[in-house]
Amino acid sequence: MVNNMQLQQTLTIALSKGRIYKETVPLLAQAGIEPLDDPEKSRKLILDTNRPEVKIVILRASDVPTYVEYGAADVGVSGKDVLMEHGGDGVYEPLDLRIAQCKLMVAGAPDFASKSGRKRIATKFVNCARRYFEAKGEQVEIIKLYGSMELAPLVGLADGIVDLVDTGNTLRANGLEPLEHIADISSRLIVNKAAMKVKNAAIKTFVSHMEKAVARLHDKDKVSS
Amino acid sequence: MVKFERWVLPEGIEELLPEQAVRVEHLRRQVLDLFSSWGYQLVIPPLVEYMDALIVGAGNDLKRYTFKLVDERNGRLIGVRADMTPQVARIDAHRLQRSGSARLCYFGPVLLTQPRQLGGSRSPLQTGAELYGHPGRESDIEIMRLMLEVLHKTGVRNPFLDLGHVGIFRGLVEQAKLNKDLENRLFDALQRKARPEIEELVSEVNDNNVADMFKALIDLNGGEECLAECKKVLVKANKDVLHALDEVEKISASLKQYFPKLRINFDFAELRGYQYHTGVVFAVYSEGHWQALAQGGRYDDVGAAFGSSRPATGFSMDINTLLRVTESRPKTGKGVWAPAADDINLRQTISDLRAKGERVIEELPGIKDTPQELGCDRQLVSQGTQWVIEDLVK
Repeated sequence: MVNNMQLQQTLTIALSKGRIYKETVPLLAQAGIEPLDDPEKSRKLILDTNRPEVKIVILRASDVPTYVEYGAADVGVSGKDVLMEHGGDGVYEPLDLRIAQCKLMVAGAPDFASKSGRKRIATKFVNCARRYFEAKGEQVEIIKLYGSMELAPLVGLADGIVDLVDTGNTLRANGLEPLEHIADISSRLIVNKAAMKVKNAAIKTFVSHMEKAVARLHDKDKVSS
Repeated sequence: MVKFERWVLPEGIEELLPEQAVRVEHLRRQVLDLFSSWGYQLVIPPLVEYMDALIVGAGNDLKRYTFKLVDERNGRLIGVRADMTPQVARIDAHRLQRSGSARLCYFGPVLLTQPRQLGGSRSPLQTGAELYGHPGRESDIEIMRLMLEVLHKTGVRNPFLDLGHVGIFRGLVEQAKLNKDLENRLFDALQRKARPEIEELVSEVNDNNVADMFKALIDLNGGEECLAECKKVLVKANKDVLHALDEVEKISASLKQYFPKLRINFDFAELRGYQYHTGVVFAVYSEGHWQALAQGGRYDDVGAAFGSSRPATGFSMDINTLLRVTESRPKTGKGVWAPAADDINLRQTISDLRAKGERVIEELPGIKDTPQELGCDRQLVSQGTQWVIEDLVK
């Protein structure tokens, strides 16, 4: 039976372009939601879907938690790295989508550990890096960068970096090694706190559809591998 | 050197121009009149007081939000209040020292070192009502009814009540004999309903039954059906948990009688103010607004630090948040414009009109204001020795 209330409730989904978008679309399809435009081809920032009450907004990855916390989007998909860096408990994160998986790591030249004195760490994950070294009981200098982290140790700007590591090939190509594991990263489904209360039925249905979609895709992976 | 523009206000500090100020004042009167009609007495706590009094019971959280200065007279730390509730609790416990119940309300600005939510204000206008001396659910119900009445009277349509109880999580923590560290981490993960983290954390819990109940908390939110589900999954919980559940059920049933159309959302992982709340916790949301409009709960024993341990329950809200949600504005007429004239009859007429509640604006010679620019729709004109009101032509 279709619940009337649920039909009327709109749902806005925040996604970032690239890997997260590509890997979320198959999950959404399993949940019965298909975007009508492709963000790689269209300039539209708000995408319609096959369901009139569901819209998708396309954002920068680091802005997704902000949009969802403010309620500009009801739900979103955000990397655990972005959430850890964003900090606080402003959104719910009920589901691990097991996509866009990688690791947040400390990397550096092989002799990184033996460096004496206060180490300089280049990263765009300033908060994560500070928390990690604090927990280790090590005082470090953090240098905020926006990209090409691997370059920093090569030119003497930093002793090491904190960055996302997938295969580690870029690191090795630049003479660096992945050294210390900080956290396993994957994308999370996040939910605006007020929406969870005000649109409880619609959001719960969506989350459970996504949960089933993740399980289904994951099982398929297991069988094929 | 960086040049600062003189007129820029500090971030998150707001001021109200006439258009909004008149509405805030109207809201203030509506709210305080309603409090008064329920027997809540107004108290006006000081803007600043000693830090240790200001943060009693609320812990580090409130400390972080409080602006501090040093009292030059004795070197003690003074805080600018970030929340008026502890002040009112102090007034009840130490100044009034009543043995029976005390109903108190308050209204005033508070100051925050940082906004409580993303992009929020650092200078909310806080108002609220607190009921001391009664430990049972009847006082919680009274406070929630009052809160809903306030929202109704100020024009909030379709409110959602979010209802929870810290006794459920706290009871499970006790049943599982968790250490403080694990309790904190589990609390933090529950505030984000972060299932993967919660599942990992509860694997450290020895008692499988309790571990399953912690996991179930993630999904224990929703409408009426959630209560039945809750009873099913928490059946093996200790008596504190079951008592809390029973309280919530009775409170919601009672509220339904007063407000048959009220939509209630239960959320048993919602632990707002976990450090000081001891019973039911609640908040009101309205569709299309991501911030709670009002929130509160039971916080017994906060008064102990001031010499008198008292049951307490109450709610508070930010009038500036309410201002954005309601259309409420005073029904005042425009004004009457009076020409500059040295005439005793004119002076008498003006003062009679003002006594009747009319707004009368007197002309200042030499300034070219039109009566319309000053918000007047009528003017006084002389007819012989009399002054009579005439409509202004638009």
